[in-house]
Amino acid sequence: MSEMRYTQEHEYIRVEGDTGTVGISDYAQSKLGDVVFVELPESGRELETGKEAAVIESVKAASEVYAPVSGTVTEGNPDLEGDPALVNRDAFGEGWFFKMSISNKDELEKLMDEAAYASFIEGLE
Amino acid sequence: MSAESVDSNLSPDEEASPLKKTVLYDLHCELGGRMVPFAGYDMPVQYPDGIMTEHKFAREHAGLFDVSHMGQAILTGSGIADTLESIVPANIKGLKPTRMRYSQLLNDAGGILDDLMITNLGGTEDSDRFYLVVNAACKENDLAHISKFLGADVQMEVLDTRALLALQGPKAADVISRLWPELADMPFMSAKEVEIDDEWVLASRCGYTGMDGFELSLPQARAENFARWLLGQEEVAPIGLGARDSLRLEAGLCLYGHDIDETTTPIEAGLNWSISKRRREEGGFPGADIIQKQLEHGPERKLMGVLPEGRAPVREGAEIENNDGETIGTITSGGFAPTVNGPIAMGYVAKGYEAPGTRVNLILRGRQIAASIVEMPFVPPSFYRPKK
Repeated sequence: MSEMRYTQEHEYIRVEGDTGTVGISDYAQSKLGDVVFVELPESGRELETGKEAAVIESVKAASEVYAPVSGTVTEGNPDLEGDPALVNRDAFGEGWFFKMSISNKDELEKLMDEAAYASFIEGLE
Repeated sequence: MSAESVDSNLSPDEEASPLKKTVLYDLHCELGGRMVPFAGYDMPVQYPDGIMTEHKFAREHAGLFDVSHMGQAILTGSGIADTLESIVPANIKGLKPTRMRYSQLLNDAGGILDDLMITNLGGTEDSDRFYLVVNAACKENDLAHISKFLGADVQMEVLDTRALLALQGPKAADVISRLWPELADMPFMSAKEVEIDDEWVLASRCGYTGMDGFELSLPQARAENFARWLLGQEEVAPIGLGARDSLRLEAGLCLYGHDIDETTTPIEAGLNWSISKRRREEGGFPGADIIQKQLEHGPERKLMGVLPEGRAPVREGAEIENNDGETIGTITSGGFAPTVNGPIAMGYVAKGYEAPGTRVNLILRGRQIAASIVEMPFVPPSFYRPKK
């Protein structure tokens, strides 16, 4: 049974046991515009909550993607190199960025759940 | 993600002073334009389809750009060509009526105060008429600068009640000739005076995309209806400033404030072609001695195309290094090019590194990206040539 959590910076983490799949939300990709390049962290990289984990390039600018929780990268999405637009087409599915092991599950409590994130983005419009 | 890219386009400073609006502001909002500050104006960076789609659409059909934020002025009086030649390096005395030319306002070091388009509208025996278009960010300074040099009998009329629309792309001529058939075969870099509802319109066959197209100066009161009519043509879509930038970058065209500024001369920027042989020899413009030296010996740095390897865009400010790790230049414009389908850039490189094919490294987020120096444009131009 997987659980979705969201950061205020529009990253999501889909948690399954002690691992998570990280990406950016559909709301975020729609604001970003066409994604042309994604720089992913290498497997084995240690991530710290709130620190830069990846970089996403749209036509006009580069944006940082932050680690939603601390842990270690286990895998980057191999499909993003050849098809960065996957992030636009399917942000929650095939446009995932990387998988990670979660070092401290308590950190997930600080993140928003589905309903909280939905209100959060409503408040931004 | 960095919050600025998602939540707000304005920094706290920018929110303090109100942004100006062109007469098409409401139309941009109605079309779903994402409005951002640009040169003190609230302008659409893109519409809902996005920059990639808009860029490709313009290359295949016709894109409509609101460039009303730019400065337009008309000079009337005698001796204008001589006056202009004293402040720009172009051949203006030889610019025939209805013809237009690209040039730069220079300072005493030969540095560029702004780039501009100069059109000879044709006058009478006693009085010339010239039309100028300058960049939005510099318009007040430019027009004040030019005014200082004008003879006593020359009037400058700032056209601040006129809009400026650009229609660019292979279908632009088909579309515009539905309204004004006489524009279909006007030469590239020429202007024609037409009318809309009995009001004066100036159509110039020029643009900032490397393609055929027209820039239309018309009264603000007519602009929205005209824009709506154009958008009603199936070949036309609205294009924002984001795609305007990617189109001009592919065309190898400079953007003032980025690729050219007060510290760059036209020779360093590769704009030698805009200075005629006579003017190169005679001088008579600010910084002429410096420019003549650069023409003779080559400038110490040169603006060239830079093609990064791989897919990562390399943007303004990135350092250019040689293979020994020494900094030899800087990227001044760069991004992802939709028609090229990869990253492209332009930047200044030190003398000795400007030969096309030279291998360099670009520094991106602390890493080296291999790249090559290349000639521009990145996309071949498709300017109008009359069929013989």
